[in-house]
Amino acid sequence: MHAEEHRESAGERSVESDRGDGDLSFTLAGVRAGYVACLPVALGVGGYGLVFGVLADRAGLSAAEAVLTSATVLAGAAQLVAMELWTDPIPVATVVLTVAVVNLRYVLMGAALRPWFRHLSPLAAYGSVFFTADENWALTMGRLRDGSTNGAFLLGSGLAIWSFWVAATAVGALAGGLITDPARFGLDFVLVAVFVAIAVGLYEGRETLAPWALAFVVAVAGAHLLPGKWYILLGGVAGSLLEVARFDG
Amino acid sequence: MTGELSLDPLVVGVVLAMAVVTYATKAGGLWLLGRVEPSERAEAGLDALPGAVVVAILAPELVGSGPPGWLGAAVVALVTHRTGSVLLAMVAGVGSVVLLRGL
Repeated sequence: MHAEEHRESAGERSVESDRGDGDLSFTLAGVRAGYVACLPVALGVGGYGLVFGVLADRAGLSAAEAVLTSATVLAGAAQLVAMELWTDPIPVATVVLTVAVVNLRYVLMGAALRPWFRHLSPLAAYGSVFFTADENWALTMGRLRDGSTNGAFLLGSGLAIWSFWVAATAVGALAGGLITDPARFGLDFVLVAVFVAIAVGLYEGRETLAPWALAFVVAVAGAHLLPGKWYILLGGVAGSLLEVARFDG
Repeated sequence: MTGELSLDPLVVGVVLAMAVVTYATKAGGLWLLGRVEPSERAEAGLDALPGAVVVAILAPELVGSGPPGWLGAAVVALVTHRTGSVLLAMVAGVGSVVLLRGL
């Protein structure tokens, strides 16, 4: 099932070297290849899933609600941030807006897939991108840039991540319910630990330090001066704007 | 305390809103790039956003957590950097916080 579509005029694309080949396949075998290739990574994602389950339980979600979240949202960092914001009553606007901001990077990641995915049928392309996560997107881009014609790799690798993420969430949520005194087991530190680990993964060398330092200072000041969790958005946007301001090509 | 299988309508509503917003970002880039070309400056800003948000989440927590938290965070960063294993880093970090608090 591959849609034939001729290349648009070459001048339209900014990334010439990334231009996909028109012959992209979308098969069950391709899905399976992606799933198998992503299994080791998915196991690691399962570690985060356990943590998400525990934190969702601590935030007051039932195991069913935690599993529903992982199955439908499928965005690790954003889900963890949402649990950090989750209180009773739920600050709906803050949660949804913050999730959107944390996920804005997916717009870029989806854009990077376009030179290849425009050759797939709309159903295959727009169905596959639901399964985009940082890890399998990186794997997929690597394959496609190396000349792979497997258009189902994102779907297959994403299904691997999805299945481990959802199952681990269920285990974490149920196990978390058995723990009555979180501080005794250091579980109140789990969220800090998760975000430190995510930050290490996002660190791109000394370039990153200035926006992060600004985000840090603005967030600490914001936490003192503003109600609720607005400091998270404020600090994040401040760091991002610094990057925009000092961009010199 | 409600059962583990309960589904609160409001919670389900918020979760589905999170799902819709997330899918919009995932599909948005694919859809949008056929229409507009983001400037490299805007791309640099978007690229910096997740890291800055994560740091903003951490900052007040770290400031308020005291020496056990600072050392625990350092352990997590070191183990993640060295091994790449999040689970190992969590266990090491949480373990060291529990130990340090007991001192």
